[in-house]
Amino acid sequence: MMRKFAITLASALMLATPSVASETGHIEDVAFPWEGPFGSFDQFQLQRGLQVFTEVCSACHGLRYVPFRELGDEGGVGLPVEQVRAYAAQFDIYDPELDDTRPGIPSDHFPTSALDNAPDLSLMAKARKGFSGPYGLGINQFLRGIGGPEYIVAILTSYTGEEKEEAGTTLYGNSAFPGGWIAMPPPLEDGLVTYDPEHANDLHHEAMDVAAFLTWASEPKMMARKHVGFVGVGFLIILSALLYLTNKRIWAPYKGRKITAKKA
Amino acid sequence: MAGIPHDHYEPKSGFEKWLHNRLPVVSLLYDTLMIPTPRNLNWWWIWGIVLAFCLVLQIATGIVLAMHYTPHVDLAFASVEHIMRDVNGGYMLRYMHANGATLFFLAVYIHIFRGLFYGSYKSPREVTWIVGMLIYLAMMATGFLGYVLPWGQMSFWGATVITGLFGAIPFIGPDLQTWLLGGPAVDNATLNRFFSLHYLLPFVIAALVVVHIWAFHTTGNNNPTGVEVRRGSKAEAEKDTLPFWPYFVIKDLVGLAIVLTVFFAVVTYMPNYFGEPDNYIEANPLKTPTHIVPEWYYLPFYAILRAFTSDVWVVQIAGVLTGGIIDAKFFGVLAMFGSIFVMALVPWLDTSSVRSGRYRPMFRWWFYLLVIDFVVLMWCGSQPAEPPYSTISLIGAAYWFAYFLVILPILGVIEKPQTPPATIEDDFNAHYGAGETPAE
Repeated sequence: MMRKFAITLASALMLATPSVASETGHIEDVAFPWEGPFGSFDQFQLQRGLQVFTEVCSACHGLRYVPFRELGDEGGVGLPVEQVRAYAAQFDIYDPELDDTRPGIPSDHFPTSALDNAPDLSLMAKARKGFSGPYGLGINQFLRGIGGPEYIVAILTSYTGEEKEEAGTTLYGNSAFPGGWIAMPPPLEDGLVTYDPEHANDLHHEAMDVAAFLTWASEPKMMARKHVGFVGVGFLIILSALLYLTNKRIWAPYKGRKITAKKA
Repeated sequence: MAGIPHDHYEPKSGFEKWLHNRLPVVSLLYDTLMIPTPRNLNWWWIWGIVLAFCLVLQIATGIVLAMHYTPHVDLAFASVEHIMRDVNGGYMLRYMHANGATLFFLAVYIHIFRGLFYGSYKSPREVTWIVGMLIYLAMMATGFLGYVLPWGQMSFWGATVITGLFGAIPFIGPDLQTWLLGGPAVDNATLNRFFSLHYLLPFVIAALVVVHIWAFHTTGNNNPTGVEVRRGSKAEAEKDTLPFWPYFVIKDLVGLAIVLTVFFAVVTYMPNYFGEPDNYIEANPLKTPTHIVPEWYYLPFYAILRAFTSDVWVVQIAGVLTGGIIDAKFFGVLAMFGSIFVMALVPWLDTSSVRSGRYRPMFRWWFYLLVIDFVVLMWCGSQPAEPPYSTISLIGAAYWFAYFLVILPILGVIEKPQTPPATIEDDFNAHYGAGETPAE
């Protein structure tokens, strides 16, 4: 009903409204494994994404809100404890008590961004939207999700190959970035990261893997949340049904027709 | 309590009598719970319970969130992430609290429009209506204050824009704004006081809710026919009513359970659908977002605020008449608060002798148009302030005021209403057949 109304409204306004979508680039929908009520993270995809992040993104970008220990959590990247320790130890973390750096331990957080103008990526997958239309009604978000991960994939795969200089900074043409020019040089290319065990490592797959990892980083409790949702919604449906029947029973004596039917 | 005649609590045992003579609390609960309620209430009447539930949910989740939240500009954003990642069940608490606000406002809008359609605001329920409007205003304030606390980009810039409204007041505006913010701009002092007030206001709302319930328990509920319960005798009143417990408690709980099923699905499967992605970026006073959009529940009034630009003739006339004291910005502020004020005055603006919209053939269509107007304004509020949205907003705002100030007063005079049923009993029996009175 709401949707029908929205569609009617949208089509009625279609003639009168100029396009407002031009300021953001084109974002393609990507079918990620965690989408839908029963979707879940692909542990191996997250591990590949972690590898892309570690080898490429982390050179400039931080992940300040993510502690290393979360890499060991179930329903996420799911690294064994030993690997989490080893992973943390490769980072030099500043310890205020020592007033010096030391190898990271699982309770430390990932470092902050190394470059001032490289945004922290902890929440990037939730801080951008890929879809908003049509006409700002949010129907696309309802159907396809808000589109943060899709936005990340689009940014990484939409470099046009053009460059220009502006006030001493090189800008790179990117059809997905608002305005069309981005300060980040193209970070990924076909075959840049070699996966072990072997897996497709063309540009699009690398981008999807790192988008998946960043989605997990922004929402590490997603699997637990969906599980709570399944149990809770199931419980509430049963509760609704039982209350409905109780209500029917209580009111039966006052809703005359039913009494007459029983007596006849 | 005055009003509809019904059975009262009789203390029986020695202890009950002892307590009743000292503190008649059982009597109060009994009379509240057993209040005679029109039997013909339809499903639009469940939203009061949903609202009561929302208030409890927001206070309960909010109190726990406050245990883990840090109201400091350098730590607030990180403390919310701490809640999301480290606090047991913290992500559920926060998502329920954030989406709880959405459910709260959805419910209050349905509740208000139900009242507008069935004439629930009319004599003798004006005080219930006015108190309800005060609750709604307090909710708006609470929601706004709470949205600032996560200290994201929209928190910061939303706070800057909204407190700027007070700055538009002539003469005292800038000083008032500084006083509200605790400084020249939104900063740590602002965050601290907003946290304090966000914690305070829900308890003010709770107190107002008690007054709201007290008021309509005195007058009795309205109902879809708008016909009053007969009060000649207890026997007569019982033909029109049933006690709140168990008949309406259980019915309301059916509605609540179904609403909560949808609510819980949203919280767990799409918790950020109603949020703004920009609020997952920490507040940065040096970087203005491209679009500053308030939460969806403020959008209709945000659209009204922005509709009155300096090229609108009423704004120009107001400017000339007041010697420039009322400029476009202040006019917008007046229009926004005025749009809620005219709604609060509706008991005195509606001149019709018939209460319920069900029996008002012309009113009905103007009312449906008002609902559509509200939705269109909401959509305009989410769009940039440029043509064609500004024009649509202006038309929408004009209709909003016209509905309350022109259409309702005139309709009462020119409309020929249909005849409502003589009694609630007649209406109920017309739907469900005249059953025999059950042997209890």
